[in-house]
Amino acid sequence: MSQTVFAPWDDPNEKPLIRFQNVTKRFGDFVAIDDLTLDIFAQEFFALLGPSGCGKTTMMRMLAGFETVTEGRIELAGKDIGPVPPNERAVNMMFQSYALFPHLSVWENIAFGLKRDRKSKAEIDARVDEMLKLVRLEKFARRKPHQISGGQRQRVALARSLAKAPKLLLLDEPLGALDKKLRQDTQFELMDIQETTGTTFVIVTHDQEEAMTVASRVAVMDEGRIIQVATPAAIYEYPNSVYVADFIGDVNIIQGIATPSGDESYALNWAEGQPPITATSQTKFAEGQKAHLAIRPEKISISSEKPEGAVNLLQGKVLDIAYLGNLSTYHVALPGGQVIKAQTANTRRIARRNITWEDPVWISWTATAGVMLEQ
Amino acid sequence: MKRLSWFNVTSLSLGFAFLYLPMLVLIFYSFNASKLVTVWAGFSTKWYGTLFQNEAFLDAAWVTIKVAVISSTFATILGTMAAYVLVRGGRFMGRTLFSGMIYAPLVMPEVITGLSLLLLFIGIGLDRGVLTIVLAHTTFAMCYVSVVVSSRLVTFDRSLEEAALDLGSTPWEAFRLVTLPIIAPAVISGWLLAFTLSLDDLVIASFTSGPSATTLPIKIFSAVRLGVSPEINALSTIMILIVTVGVVTASLVTKRNAVRAQKDAQAAERAG
Repeated sequence: MSQTVFAPWDDPNEKPLIRFQNVTKRFGDFVAIDDLTLDIFAQEFFALLGPSGCGKTTMMRMLAGFETVTEGRIELAGKDIGPVPPNERAVNMMFQSYALFPHLSVWENIAFGLKRDRKSKAEIDARVDEMLKLVRLEKFARRKPHQISGGQRQRVALARSLAKAPKLLLLDEPLGALDKKLRQDTQFELMDIQETTGTTFVIVTHDQEEAMTVASRVAVMDEGRIIQVATPAAIYEYPNSVYVADFIGDVNIIQGIATPSGDESYALNWAEGQPPITATSQTKFAEGQKAHLAIRPEKISISSEKPEGAVNLLQGKVLDIAYLGNLSTYHVALPGGQVIKAQTANTRRIARRNITWEDPVWISWTATAGVMLEQ
Repeated sequence: MKRLSWFNVTSLSLGFAFLYLPMLVLIFYSFNASKLVTVWAGFSTKWYGTLFQNEAFLDAAWVTIKVAVISSTFATILGTMAAYVLVRGGRFMGRTLFSGMIYAPLVMPEVITGLSLLLLFIGIGLDRGVLTIVLAHTTFAMCYVSVVVSSRLVTFDRSLEEAALDLGSTPWEAFRLVTLPIIAPAVISGWLLAFTLSLDDLVIASFTSGPSATTLPIKIFSAVRLGVSPEINALSTIMILIVTVGVVTASLVTKRNAVRAQKDAQAAERAG
């Protein structure tokens, strides 16, 4: 393999740009961050993902210097940044509300940070022009923030926070205020800009699709702890817990009792009078241990005729159909009452499809389709 | 345009008559030729002429303006600082006590404020004059300024200050370059409020003024005790005129800014 993959987190010799060491943050009795340890590497596009109140914004504010650490330490390029005030950190932040200065023009907003560094006028002019070009706002330099649209404001905020060429850029829900279409376009723009500038980005978001699209690695958080850190693909295909599987995308969870049935293969007894499900797992399960099988809906095939040679095969009745245009999700009720979601791509026109409500159908999946989880 | 019913017309005229009839009478008699205030003897502007030759009134007017400008400036600086600390200082020890004490002078009878200041000035041996009036006015106008400014600061988006810090400003630069320009309208209206309060204060000024300095309200009040002269009417008319011009200008400026902001917002909608 000649092409090198960007994966500094797999290289034990690589030094992280940011290191959280047993960081705890308390607000009174409330524990916002609970003994958290995490490494983020240079040039990463790192996403902190979680429901509101999980501590992701607190982590970001500690990096920017607006919150102090209660216990533990945060290192930036090997140095403890605890005692450094926000205005002396080589970290810039793009705020959720953009926080553009309303009394200054777009040009002055972008130049604000450069002027604080007492740079020469020629240097400032050149850098601001470069930034305006990067975000394609040359024509709007003289406008005030309230004279431009929401998407343009977002780009001004980005240009302003990038102008000082920080080692680390923090983005707090940067696309939250944009409508869906604009958000998707902007996601790709963000990735391009991150690649061109080579800056390390840390993005906070509650939108799992956004995190999956932009990030090189995603940290899924809950109640001040990191549940899993991995690449988007690994998080999706190999979640380490039911929480992560459920938080990222759509999933079917089948609970049962595991019985080893060969090399890395298990039989899962999940319901009375139903044949056990066959699944593979690299994690070891003991005889009689409780296990959760997580299977993504798109990995389950649905058909009206009984398929030949399927490893796991169940019969059920169509309860609901969610038609999304490109995809359809079928909710299939099994005889025991459990509902399994199966998804198919709509490669044919609607008139040619034959499954409808109340139809008896067969659902099937392979032994490797799902992931067995302990909790 | 909708026509008003007779009931509305009556209420409106009664209300306005109640508010403005006394002033209209005053303005009317300021153009009276007679020396007797209540007897009309034809139109004349001679009282305006004698007013501008009355040294005592002109001196008092000069003192009043000097006191008002200086004290409202100090009150604005101190009041803004107090408001900033109370809104932004977080929950420091005694915060509730401090904010309560800032607003106490608003409800304190002026006589008490005046008397206690008088006792203080005598106690520290400060001769009463322009300085003592300035100090007294700064004291009582400061709490009005801090009320006006803190109500603006409460709605101020804190992330703007954080953004300034994040971009490398020191806390002082963040205040000077970001916070202050944005809250400037509130600071200016605080100053105007302090200025007007100082301009028409009689009670506190009469406690703290000395023979070397008398303000216009004190002068008018003592002149009236000897009988209302048409000169006083002329002086009052001029004061009404100044206040009217000020209020109308302020509201026009505010309205123009609002209209401009609305137009800008519409332009942005179209651009987006």
